[in-house]
Amino acid sequence: MNQISPIAAPFDVERIRADFPILSQTVRGKKLVFLDSAASAQKPRAVIDAMSGAMETQYANVHRGLHWMSERTTDAYESVRDQVAALLRAPSRDEIVFTRNTTEAINLVAHSFGRGIMRHGQCVVISEMEHHSNIVPWQMLRDAHGIVLRIAPITDAGELDFAALEAILAEGNVGLVAITHMSNVLGSYTPAARVAALAHQYGAKILFDGSQAVVHRAVDVQSIGADFYVFTGHKLYGPTGIGVLWARRDILEEMPPFLGGGDMISSVTFEKSTWARVPHKFEAGTPAILEAIGLGAAISYINAIGYDAIAAHEQSLTDHALSRLSAIDGLNIIGRAQDRGGVISFTMEGAHAHDIATLLDRNGIAVRAGHHCAEPLMHRLGLDSTARASFALYTTHAEIDFLAESLERVRTFFQ
Amino acid sequence: MNFEDVRDLYQDVILRHGRTPLHMGRLPHVDAEASGDNPMCGDRCRVQIRYENGAVRDIGFEARGCAISMASADLMVEAATGRAPADIRDLAQDFFALVKTGETARADSAIESLKPLSGVSEYPSRIKCATLPWAALLAALDGETEASSE
Repeated sequence: MNQISPIAAPFDVERIRADFPILSQTVRGKKLVFLDSAASAQKPRAVIDAMSGAMETQYANVHRGLHWMSERTTDAYESVRDQVAALLRAPSRDEIVFTRNTTEAINLVAHSFGRGIMRHGQCVVISEMEHHSNIVPWQMLRDAHGIVLRIAPITDAGELDFAALEAILAEGNVGLVAITHMSNVLGSYTPAARVAALAHQYGAKILFDGSQAVVHRAVDVQSIGADFYVFTGHKLYGPTGIGVLWARRDILEEMPPFLGGGDMISSVTFEKSTWARVPHKFEAGTPAILEAIGLGAAISYINAIGYDAIAAHEQSLTDHALSRLSAIDGLNIIGRAQDRGGVISFTMEGAHAHDIATLLDRNGIAVRAGHHCAEPLMHRLGLDSTARASFALYTTHAEIDFLAESLERVRTFFQ
Repeated sequence: MNFEDVRDLYQDVILRHGRTPLHMGRLPHVDAEASGDNPMCGDRCRVQIRYENGAVRDIGFEARGCAISMASADLMVEAATGRAPADIRDLAQDFFALVKTGETARADSAIESLKPLSGVSEYPSRIKCATLPWAALLAALDGETEASSE
């Protein structure tokens, strides 16, 4: 008899939901409908167990103890570096620097690459659709180090304006382009390989803020042609307090350290200290050991499901949501990018975003309302605030239907 | 599903004042003015006052924001107009207590007219929406141009 080879199980969202204990919680007596994963995602049992399991059975400080517990903990911590390298298709594990979050990773680059390598008068180019975490560190670099900060506009559809970006690059002296890989407000994806090629054509390095993108699609830093790629663990179903900077090894080697202290040195005397090799040169002090272990568990969880399945599920959710929300009178979806993911911002005539969020909350629906840490983008769009629904691998079509029905009621309520 | 259970927060008077504030607009003559903003949500409120014989004769405001903050500004104008600055400061403190706890020891027509906002106490993230116009009014009374964010 012929053996039928096993095929991948179809995407079973109910089985996935069972992995996330919090999703069975009720809010104000209603079933929780969590549509705020772009702010921070919920955690699967595997992450919770990995972190509590480490604390219960295998924990000590890393990189220093000459004892069994420290060696095992160091192995667990360092193996996550391998996992992250594989996740990003990075050529070497030594190019993975653990940080506290995306914000700290960008600050590390602004401080170390910006002050250490960029020259006064050189430009950093960001876009109009950046999160504050990819604006403020560059403003601080500008003010402290004489860097020029330039802003690449977006189109009315909410996509990067390539012609305008090229015009800025063509004026010369751009050291770095730092841009989101996926907007946390508009859901737009940046065509990363095209931006990277353009930056390189004019001699600039390219940094991608992957906080949103890495959650939804497989990332390959080599095929993109990135120089820096940053993301945070807590949006990727991992814990807070752990983020990642990936950068090309030759750039990391050239960059001076960011924070000084233990673990980042090779030797210390009162006269002079020498630095550890990369990536440890950038990891001062006892790192977020448990959080790194949690991130490792999150990456294993995602890999077990597979990015193809996640992306297909989320694309279907996004298409469904765009169709349902577009049908609501007086509701305006913000941003119409061709290539977009499961982050949908909207406004409603007669109802302020905060009032929308409060009413939805009464139905157990969690959405975000406000400027989404992207005030300059709000100004560009001529808005004060929007409501935002964002989707994750555990989001269901029924939840989106419930959102749409609830929004119809919100509209009636404020009429 | 029909949101009847949010009527404690969105009473008819709030929805009415929030949708069409009666007192929004700039005063023709301004003795003092101050702005308050809520950086978390982008709400902003600018309050103007005109004095006469030591009392606040007129109050006007220009604002953008949610139904709660707009209604609060509008009700504030009605409750505070004609009062002495010290009296307004007392009323503001009683109002802050009302929206934080849902209750008040004060019993007069001014606090009575503000009671539709007491439901905010059940929604911690919305308390600042209700207090924003008052923070701007207090700043104007103190001769400041910006309300402190807390």
